[in-house]
Amino acid sequence: MSNTTRPLIKPKKNKTRIWLIYITLALIYIWAFSGMPLPDVKETAAQVSKAIFSGIFSPDWDYVYLPDGEDLLRGLLDTLAIAILGTFISAFLCVPFSFLAASNMSKGRSLSNTGKFILSLIRTFPEIVMAIMFIKAVGPGSFAGVLALGLHSIGMLGKLFTEEIESVDPGPAEALTATGANRLQIIWFAILPQVLPGFLSYTLYRFEINVRSASILGVIGAGGIGTLLIFALSSRDWERVGIILLGIIVMVTFIDLLSGYIRKKIV
Amino acid sequence: MMSTQPQKRVIPEPPSKLKTYFTFFIILLLIFGSAIQTNTSITELIAGFPNMMDLLVQMVPPNWSYFGKIVPAMLETIRMALLGTTFGAIIAIPIALFSASNIVKNTWVFYPVRFILNLIRTIPDLLLAAIFVSIFGLGPLPGILALTIFSIGLVAKLTYEAIEAIDPGPMEAMTSVGANKIQWIFFGVIPQVLPHYISYVLYTFEVNIRAAAVLGLVGAGGIGLYYDRTLGFFEYDKTSSIIIFTLVVVLIIDFISTKLREKLI
Repeated sequence: MSNTTRPLIKPKKNKTRIWLIYITLALIYIWAFSGMPLPDVKETAAQVSKAIFSGIFSPDWDYVYLPDGEDLLRGLLDTLAIAILGTFISAFLCVPFSFLAASNMSKGRSLSNTGKFILSLIRTFPEIVMAIMFIKAVGPGSFAGVLALGLHSIGMLGKLFTEEIESVDPGPAEALTATGANRLQIIWFAILPQVLPGFLSYTLYRFEINVRSASILGVIGAGGIGTLLIFALSSRDWERVGIILLGIIVMVTFIDLLSGYIRKKIV
Repeated sequence: MMSTQPQKRVIPEPPSKLKTYFTFFIILLLIFGSAIQTNTSITELIAGFPNMMDLLVQMVPPNWSYFGKIVPAMLETIRMALLGTTFGAIIAIPIALFSASNIVKNTWVFYPVRFILNLIRTIPDLLLAAIFVSIFGLGPLPGILALTIFSIGLVAKLTYEAIEAIDPGPMEAMTSVGANKIQWIFFGVIPQVLPHYISYVLYTFEVNIRAAAVLGLVGAGGIGLYYDRTLGFFEYDKTSSIIIFTLVVVLIIDFISTKLREKLI
């Protein structure tokens, strides 16, 4: 009885909309490509890239440790120190911000919205520019990098911390309120134990990012391994570039592994 | 039975705090070590604070007439981000397929590919740009290349994780009707992953716009070049107009991209 061989009707697609998307995309790409000048590659490009590659595969091992002055290990140590201190400062400073921005902690929507706005403002401000400003204040060197990372990381850490605080179980806080605890006691005994593992995990995650950022900061003179890389590049010492790149890769990979292991244990 | 014996109240001993103290000690040690290594001094910060305030005060009325001058550089920044993201996203497709353990079942293939992917992601984009500048010379080309490599790392990683999370049902059905590997990928994998992939590409584009805005600091094209120029000549009002312009563009692109991504998934 039933017509089992009835052909399936294909779902109708909105053809015009799809074409509109395609045409918009095509226009965007035509604009993008037409504005690009034809790449005029230097004749030395192949030579230089070959030199860098051979530099990576036959690094300047002597550079790892020099008894006097700037070598790879000291550069990496400097980078790590900038990342550690910057992360610590921001983790410390962003706690009040995140309690202010969390909608279940601060009274009134306007207060928490203000906190969130401040955090997103800090987040969108490029950290390199922040570092340039700190260099103007405290002079070039690692300290400027520490301050830039410490201030910039507040933006992202504050946002993550805020979300962590907003997702706590209200039960313990209510129980404490019922027994007559004051606000500080509630935060200390009900909120902090719940959010602390999350805070630590996010701080470690930000530390991973900061290790990468700290290796960039040297490009503009804010200390760390970046300065050495720029020196090696400008003096065309490709073997040195190779060992510095290798050093950065090993350090970042190691930090990622270590931090990932600790984070798995915490949560 | 139980009530016959007098119950002895045993107060459990609190767990040892040794580990906590030890952790705190190590963290303190790390912080002090870092402070010494980086020559941190609060006095220097306090001494330098007026300098910074001075800088901020000089930035305050942004030089609005400067906007006209930096529009071409801003457009170049957007172009660089767009092209870098596109090239990176295209190259990321085969890499993502080769590093997904449910597509390539051979451990000897996907582990090495993932390892290379991880290596790519360890090098920050600004350093890549600095290296490419010394290879190809100044201009937007090294910037695009650096963004391409950075995008490969990000898109491929996110995409292969999405591929590994897909529903195996359609693929099993296709295998049972005798589809080959290519058909399998085209009709089984891609329809499931495509929305995620496009969303990740848009996200990468957002990240790349921010990155492209500072690549000019090492001579790789875009608006970053003007930071150097204006700061070098102490024209802080112009610097602040660059910052404001960049922020506005980044926020607009973030907004559009977020709206598109919400529609996709």
